Amino acid sequence: MKPSQREDRYQHHDYFQVDELLSEDHLMARQVVRDWVKKEVSPIIEDYANRAACPTHLFKGLAEIGAFGPSLPVEYGGGGMDEIAYGVIMQELERGDSGVRSMASVQGSLVMYPIYSYGSEEQKRKYLPKLGTGEFIGCFGLTEPDHGSDPAGMTTRIKDAGDHYILNGAKMWITNSPLADLAVVWAKDEENTVRGMIVEKGNPGFSAPEIHGKWSLRASITGELVFEDVKVPKSQVLPGVKGMKGPLSCLSKARYGIAWGAIGAALDCYDTALRYSKERKQFGRPIGQFQLTQKKLAEMITEITKAQLLTWRLGVLANQKKASPAQISMAKRNNVHMALTVAREARQILGGMGITNEYPIMRHMMNLETVLTYEGTHDIHLLITGMDVTGLNAFSG
Amino acid sequence: MKILVCISVTPDTTSRVSFKNDNREYNPDGVQFILNPYDEWYALVKALEIREKSGGSVTVIHAGPVQHEPMIRKALAIGADEAIRIDVRPDSSHAAALQIAAAVKDQAFDLILTGKETIDYQGAELGAMLAEWLALPFVPFASKLDLEGSRAIIERDIEGGVQVLEVQLPAVVSGAKGLAEQRIPNMKGIMAAKSKPLSVRDGVPGEDLILPAGFTLPPPKQGVRMVAPEDMDQLVRILHEEARVL
Ligand SMILES: Cc1cc2nc3c(=O)[nH]c(=O)nc-3n(C[C@H](O)[C@H](O)[C@H](O)COP(=O)(O)OP(=O)(O)OC[C@H]3O[C@@H](n4cnc5c(N)ncnc54)[C@H](O)[C@@H]3O)c2cc1C
Repeated sequence: MKPSQREDRYQHHDYFQVDELLSEDHLMARQVVRDWVKKEVSPIIEDYANRAACPTHLFKGLAEIGAFGPSLPVEYGGGGMDEIAYGVIMQELERGDSGVRSMASVQGSLVMYPIYSYGSEEQKRKYLPKLGTGEFIGCFGLTEPDHGSDPAGMTTRIKDAGDHYILNGAKMWITNSPLADLAVVWAKDEENTVRGMIVEKGNPGFSAPEIHGKWSLRASITGELVFEDVKVPKSQVLPGVKGMKGPLSCLSKARYGIAWGAIGAALDCYDTALRYSKERKQFGRPIGQFQLTQKKLAEMITEITKAQLLTWRLGVLANQKKASPAQISMAKRNNVHMALTVAREARQILGGMGITNEYPIMRHMMNLETVLTYEGTHDIHLLITGMDVTGLNAFSG
Repeated sequence: MKILVCISVTPDTTSRVSFKNDNREYNPDGVQFILNPYDEWYALVKALEIREKSGGSVTVIHAGPVQHEPMIRKALAIGADEAIRIDVRPDSSHAAALQIAAAVKDQAFDLILTGKETIDYQGAELGAMLAEWLALPFVPFASKLDLEGSRAIIERDIEGGVQVLEVQLPAVVSGAKGLAEQRIPNMKGIMAAKSKPLSVRDGVPGEDLILPAGFTLPPPKQGVRMVAPEDMDQLVRILHEEARVL
């Protein structure tokens, strides 16, 4: 491993004093994660992303700071914090790298959350504490090779075989799958009802090959889940939910975290470009003195500020259990697109240096292409807003 | 073992330094304050290690205004059991030591730890003054500390080697690099800190005998100067006469 020579000089930007709306706990949680990212992530991330390798040693550190399920209760391995704390933690992680944030999002929102919400007491006791400490790594299997935006069309199935089910099918694009100890898998039963189940690694017929060749989220490992006549004991099925509500509620939780996270990536790009614009001189002046550079920077911080305010409000609604899935869709879509736009503009400010891994911008930009697509694509979220405001469904009929 | 850790607050190292009031006073506007790293990383964590090994309690104390409470909470989040804030704004280590001594003189701490210095003024003097007022022995710059009964075995890095000392407790010890490893607090710690006691007490009267009379900033950094490769004499002259490294 070759540590990066570049010091992480990141400083937070808060143009509208949104920090005054946060509590002391939120600010401390944010600072803790920021310190951790500067110490553990920034020095190594360019190297891992360059080699398309997952820094698996970070799972332990993420668990130690409490990044897995921070808003779940302490007795089940969570942090007992509120939704805004969860948001600021995701923001700081993604300020470091979207892949590192994904490691935490999947574990907390897509694995611990469904087990906590829909699992039996026995399943909760068995899995949650070990997921909270990172002793177990989990993954979430919803997307299939032929069903991405339309997960309800899934063809992965379970068949009743007495005291167990027989699971057949395949999942695709699954974050963490090649190294996960367990997978929360969504499959249809014989009545065509979607059920969730916990499938442990080592189960005969279950494999999780890695997907190679990603130009995005390179420091996060992605794979398939393949099930060939896998025996799943009935006690492994999540008893508390039936239908698409199960996976969709998990996605709402994770998308909420992404709405916060994307601002982190945007802030890192803005911060880098702002500093560079004051240090880099052309035509005898800092490039930040040129109007065209200022236009870019001014628009970036304007868009970041709007996203910060939108997301803070979303956090307040989430704390009151009033954030609707459609509101979360709007925030996810807006913020990720905003971050990608900021990354592209910031990249230009750095000129040629912007395309190298001396600076984090190109990595963020490539990562954000995944973030724009996963957990519901940019266009699908637009259609969710469209359906919400018109009451007309563009997906069917 | 009852342990007291003195914690101080300093500007973050990335802060821009400026002064006000005719260069007599540090200007805190827009500055991000942090726990002094020597206190946080070494003194506090060492205290926690001792408590984890042999039981007891860890109290942190800070002489400073209410605006510093988030930093005190951080010390509680890292693991201290309780905190005392003395509601004063000391202008010197002398004033801070006087306040802390008055606050703890009846509390029978077995060990009092401080960082070796604050990263802003680098006085490295609070521990010594505190020990003097409490009539306790003082060992500065400990890089290792082990307890043996009522004594502490302390190592100090000295020029070219290591000095080992034995000191009878209670004592005051200041911690340097090596004494412990920085601990980043976690979410559970942050939540637990909310319900830990943080008591506030008034300061005692005392005249500030040492007052800042002025500050000056170092001259601004010079840009890079290019010397043509064929101009070796010029380079040697600059290194010799201006940089004075030859
Ligand atoms: C790195 C990475 C990690 C991932 N991790 C996970 C994971 O851990 N677990 C998991 O289950 N999934 C995961 N995913 C999958 C991700 O959620 C899907 O890729 C995403 O939902 C889109 O599905 P798709 O790729 O099949 O694209 P498709 O659904 O085929 O979409 C292709 C295009 O068609 C558009 N489109 C589709 N339907 C409509 C419509 N009705 N109207 C208009 N446009 C439409 C889409 O917007 C998109 O632009 C991951 C993906 C990536 C890239």
